[in-house]
Amino acid sequence: MSHAETAIQCGSCASGCNTAHLAKLGIKTGNWDYVVALAGNPNTGKSTIFNALTGLNQHVGNWAGKTVTRAEGAFTLGGKKFKLVDLPGTYSLLSTSVDEEIARDFVLFGKPDVTVVVADATRLERNLNLVLQILEITDRAVVALNLIDEAGRNNIKVDERSLARDLGVPVVSMAARSGKGVDELLGAIEQVSSGEFQARPHRIKYTDDILENAIDTLATQLHGQFEDLPNARWVALRLLEGDESIINAVQTATLGTVRAANVFPPLVQLEAR
Amino acid sequence: MTLNMLKAGRTATVKGIYSKDTERRRMVDLGILPGTLIENVMASPLGDPVAYRIRSAVIALRREQAELIEVEEEG
Repeated sequence: MSHAETAIQCGSCASGCNTAHLAKLGIKTGNWDYVVALAGNPNTGKSTIFNALTGLNQHVGNWAGKTVTRAEGAFTLGGKKFKLVDLPGTYSLLSTSVDEEIARDFVLFGKPDVTVVVADATRLERNLNLVLQILEITDRAVVALNLIDEAGRNNIKVDERSLARDLGVPVVSMAARSGKGVDELLGAIEQVSSGEFQARPHRIKYTDDILENAIDTLATQLHGQFEDLPNARWVALRLLEGDESIINAVQTATLGTVRAANVFPPLVQLEAR
Repeated sequence: MTLNMLKAGRTATVKGIYSKDTERRRMVDLGILPGTLIENVMASPLGDPVAYRIRSAVIALRREQAELIEVEEEG
């Protein structure tokens, strides 16, 4: 990655360095240019990254479920102000627990300019489930491969370039506790938010024609009823899957913060098998 | 046998999941799929829930959840 345009020598290091321009703004989150969401499995270091970027002291602890609602902070970078939202740690966006719903609703309806998915490099297989789910929702994502130092100690090597190519989004190796990779993450956030990096996220292809038709039919209807729905295809898939919270949100026209043009008619019966 | 019958310190391979809908989705999201290795790490003081190591994370499952996971113990 090259940040030739934005990098200015800061004196303390020989190479161009982004952190020199990073101003940590703590909780002064008003008037932002871009919104960045931090998602990831429990205990992957989301809050450590959040603190490194905002200068805040959001409680960091080695247990799951610590961030139960979302925490917000801000920073400026390259003259732009970023609002950073720390989401609860989840293994999935598809099951029905309160924290998963908070994370899902924000990634889907909060329309963040960038979603940073923090993944634990020592447990990559487990973490990729959530990464793929988020890439189904948004194409503006960055994968922060955290705890890379710990992975190294366990003789785990991650081929970051192949991973980035396969996922279609930037992948940044990090050890957030010691500050490693923070510059690179900022560079990736800047490139994705400005549109300089065009992500081509990996999407699961459904080869079943009947299923594809059902998705298309529903997605078209959803688009007609809900203006500005960010990802009708994703919502259609959840309806077909029988996701109670989404079905309820569609029927009561309370799908996220999206206002329905008028209330959705009773759900069409589709032969989805 | 089902997962709740697995003794502490023992490892088993998942053969199938009996739970349905969101409960099944939950198990899959936790990494429990046919072929997954699961180790019984330890039980809580009252014996329920039990901590299992699943794809290198330790996750607590209640007995009623473990009862719905068919496993085969590793020799």
